[in-house]
Amino acid sequence: MTGAELSSIALAPLIAALMIAATPIMLAAIGELVVEKSGVLNLGVEGMMITGAVCGFVFAVQTSNPYLAMLGAAAGAAVLALVFALLTQVLMANQVASGLALTLFGLGLSALIGQGYVGIQPPRTPKLDIPVLSDLPFLGRAVFSHDYMVYLSLALVGAVWYFLKYTRAGLILRAVGENHDAAHALGYRVRRVRILAIAFGGACAGLGGAYLSLIRVPQWTEGMTAGAGWIALALVVFASWRPWRVVLGAYLFGGILVLQLTLQVVGVRIPVEYLAMSPYLITILVLVIMSSGRARASLAAPGSLNRPFFASG
Amino acid sequence: MLRLEKRPQPSKAWTWATPLLAVALTMVAGGILFALLGKDPFVAIRMIFFDPLFSEQFGAYSRPQLLIKAAPLILIAIGLAIGFRAGVWNIGAEGQYIIGALCGAGVALAFFPTPGWYIFPLMILAGAAGGFAWAMIPAILRTKFNTNEILVSLLLVYVAERILAAMSLGLMRNPDIAGFPGSRNLRHYPSAHNAEIIAGTGMHWGVVAAFIAVIFAYILLHRHILGFQVRLAGQAPRAARFAGVAPTRLVILCLGISGMLAGLAGMFEVSGPAGQVNIDFAVGYGFTAIIVAFLGRLHPVGIVLAGLLMALTYIGGELAQFMLRLPSASIQVFQGMLLFFLLAVDLLTNYRIRFARKEATA
Repeated sequence: MTGAELSSIALAPLIAALMIAATPIMLAAIGELVVEKSGVLNLGVEGMMITGAVCGFVFAVQTSNPYLAMLGAAAGAAVLALVFALLTQVLMANQVASGLALTLFGLGLSALIGQGYVGIQPPRTPKLDIPVLSDLPFLGRAVFSHDYMVYLSLALVGAVWYFLKYTRAGLILRAVGENHDAAHALGYRVRRVRILAIAFGGACAGLGGAYLSLIRVPQWTEGMTAGAGWIALALVVFASWRPWRVVLGAYLFGGILVLQLTLQVVGVRIPVEYLAMSPYLITILVLVIMSSGRARASLAAPGSLNRPFFASG
Repeated sequence: MLRLEKRPQPSKAWTWATPLLAVALTMVAGGILFALLGKDPFVAIRMIFFDPLFSEQFGAYSRPQLLIKAAPLILIAIGLAIGFRAGVWNIGAEGQYIIGALCGAGVALAFFPTPGWYIFPLMILAGAAGGFAWAMIPAILRTKFNTNEILVSLLLVYVAERILAAMSLGLMRNPDIAGFPGSRNLRHYPSAHNAEIIAGTGMHWGVVAAFIAVIFAYILLHRHILGFQVRLAGQAPRAARFAGVAPTRLVILCLGISGMLAGLAGMFEVSGPAGQVNIDFAVGYGFTAIIVAFLGRLHPVGIVLAGLLMALTYIGGELAQFMLRLPSASIQVFQGMLLFFLLAVDLLTNYRIRFARKEATA
């Protein structure tokens, strides 16, 4: 009943906070992973996330139903993603530029929609205390008494993993991403597959954004995603396009985020601004490690990533 | 059914017509947006595009603003365009802009209050060097470690914003005024002030620099072998390799030029129109410049026109915000829509639309 328990008391909330911090980027990253697996690079994650954040918030305040709000967020961001799909898949626009456009537009649009919602409290999302497990001494507080989105995000990663690895549709999606000309020759609808993947990626990013505005913060402020979408993009590279590594990466990153915030609260003698830039610096560092030397994550990238597909005739 | 047919070569006519078409479409869509917000769309569009230049009431204030706002946009967009042409995506110009401003202001604050003709030129050098150095981070990571320059340059914007906040609250804070963030106002320090060259026109040294950059970029891109290599690398990377273009050198060159120009833009802004280093110094010119570069079709002359037009939307937007209580974010939406339409109508440049009878499309 001494040192061991003391440290466990401090550690349990830390792990709990870590899981909450990791959830938004995990959601956005798993969506983007599916998009990139289909051969499309959507750089608009940040814009879709913030759109999801504001849509979810508006839905939550209007309906006072946190579950409907999540659906609304997913739908709103998916609609924005479909604009990207229209540009890149139908109108053959450059994917990098279209993704940037999505982010610039999303940031403006969300500020416009959310201007009447600053400083409002959203309805609380209830915690889901898993019956027996949440009573466990240490794990109960740390892992088993979160809101439903934490578990949903993990389930989603599992579902994506199963989908890509074991289903026929997943195989087609990967084929389209690896070599769109071959997939087209086999009679698969390259464009349709990609549009669906883009919409799915948008919905996931929207959920991630809404998790920020409704559960993690919970409040609406302009530009509140603060680069989370870009970090999610980096996470996909870190994960070498493998679903389970997204979980690992997101929790690692969540850990850094929480540690940094804890250091701020404790009052280490480093100015807050320098602590606050650490997540971005560490993301860059991870990108460098993953893309250089033997790790070479770029080798695992889908073959047709960021290449336009045009079927003549 | 409509069917697309790839043109053997991009259409010359559409290359020039698509930006105009995109602006027209944005005006229509923007008008609908303003109507949805409960404002008269015609009054709003007129206020954004016409009144800042021609209204007797606002023109005197707004016209000089046009050059002040356009100069940084053009400076940054010129650099970005060179990179975009080569397929080097520097989207972190906002960060390079901030670091350039901090370096320029740092020199000024270090010399304060000594007078001297050499201070302003030193600030220009420092600003350019700061932006250059900040852009070298993604450049070197890309060439040495093959790290994606898009993500690195963008993530560095957030780092630069934190450095800006740290400087305005810490090292560069004005020691004479307690309790407020922000540095000394450089407008009250003649040796460091980027003053108007001709009073009342908005013409400051940044405008001159933008002008020089445009000419320099035109010569580089259209009259110099380097420009040929830049364009070749962007359009046909394989052919470029066979032609002996060193990709490493090109990445360093493109990011270096764009970082330097963005740093200069930041330095001219902090020493002139903004006047001081402060937490709200960065207003997104680095991102808007991406739109300017595309709207100008990555061509130096086009970028001048695009920069002036975007500057107009900023000024007109502020006017509409003040007069019609149009939300400030609606101008951001407006600019975002412009980029959407631009990318969409670009289809007409590269493809021909054919009407075909029922035929299976992919």
